[in-house]
Amino acid sequence: MRRPLYRDDALVLRVQRLGEADRIITLLTRRHGRVRAVAKGVRKTTSRFGGRLEPFGLVDVQCSEGSTLDTVTQVEGKDLFGRHFLDDYPRYTAANAIAETAERLTPVEREPALRLYLLTVGALRALAGRERATTLVLDAYLLRAMAHAGWAPALRDCAVCANPGPHRAFSIAAGGVVCPNCRPPGAAHPSQASLDLMCALLEGDWVAADASDVKVRGESSGFVAAHLQWHLERGLRSLPLVDRRESQNR
Amino acid sequence: MYEGAIQDLIDELGRLPGIGPKSAQRLAFHVLSADTTDIKRLAAALTRVKEEVRFCSTCYNVAEAEQCRICRDPRRRDDALCVVEEPKDVIAIERTNEFRGRYHVLGGAINPLEGIGPDQLRIRELMARLSSGDVSELILATDPNTEGEATATYLALMVKPMGITVSRLASGLPVGGDLEYADEITLGRAFEGRRKL
Ligand SMILES: [Zn+2]
Ligand SMILES: [Zn+2]
Repeated sequence: MRRPLYRDDALVLRVQRLGEADRIITLLTRRHGRVRAVAKGVRKTTSRFGGRLEPFGLVDVQCSEGSTLDTVTQVEGKDLFGRHFLDDYPRYTAANAIAETAERLTPVEREPALRLYLLTVGALRALAGRERATTLVLDAYLLRAMAHAGWAPALRDCAVCANPGPHRAFSIAAGGVVCPNCRPPGAAHPSQASLDLMCALLEGDWVAADASDVKVRGESSGFVAAHLQWHLERGLRSLPLVDRRESQNR
Repeated sequence: MYEGAIQDLIDELGRLPGIGPKSAQRLAFHVLSADTTDIKRLAAALTRVKEEVRFCSTCYNVAEAEQCRICRDPRRRDDALCVVEEPKDVIAIERTNEFRGRYHVLGGAINPLEGIGPDQLRIRELMARLSSGDVSELILATDPNTEGEATATYLALMVKPMGITVSRLASGLPVGGDLEYADEITLGRAFEGRRKL
């Protein structure tokens, strides 16, 4: 029986070993959402797919549909972002966190997620371009991905009663900044500069973000990570492993 | 679903890497129809490997004693250390006859998506070995794929400040492949043509 074929642009999110020489590739496609497909024989040195199915690459892929897993039948590399992270460990770890976030925000396979796809391609391209600090690219992606999922942190108006800000207290459980009336016990108090940086990253104000202080970046990264981990049912495995040293070869 | 022992065996086999439900069933029925002595030998080999084989206390290769054969060999050079991901990579490099130094087996590659960071591998142990001062060249022979390259980058970052020469196997190994699938000639050439990082 011939299985139906489809062709699409896709990001390689994850690559796992299967059996002797195969791999299962998790793809975030432009039109077909997240799919998982078997790539046969890719670990053998004779594989015709070569390095095109390595993590974080943007590829043009053709798959045949299967009942549980699809099978990759053709791949062309479009922009193999992964290659830009090989000699830059902090960027490699950030790319992992981006890919895992994209995977977790597409819980249902084959459900189209065009906006998240475009956001993820943009983030990996920015990371590969090395024009911006790794932390900023990662945090901007995480904030926008959370906004896409509907739970970006409130950064100006109170997360509970929408009382206009600015507010000083921040509660992850409440969903962001909170006014004095709504402030739960144990709320944190980030600096105004950190809240401003998070706003800038969420809104794409790169002039403000690029000008931010390294210490402020560290503080806002902590809040972004905590907010994301709290909202995901299981925390991301890769996020605690992100190497926060800024890359030397920026 | 089958009953009792045969289903238990199918379940256990199905938990092995690369074995799907169909293969598990095929293997289980093969065991059922095979010669009793053959299966007893298989069962004994499985038990023995867990009881007798352990990891070398120096390099973490598989060993049947406190140290593996390579670490015990006095003719091997102490000044060159080759880092690999898995014990099977030691075998692959030994086949090339290009290397007379010693090994360090990391137990995998850094792969944050799978929750594997530097602390989950035997990197601290590697640093301890390097701090002894005997090693002048560290050869990074992790797999030529994204995780392997990133691991090599991380190790170079850690080791270079120690004043040790760090080298990486020459490209020529196909990207995306596993080291163990490289033939002896290709792997030997990659070893010979290793470049300093
Ligand atoms: Zn309020
Ligand atoms: Zn040993």
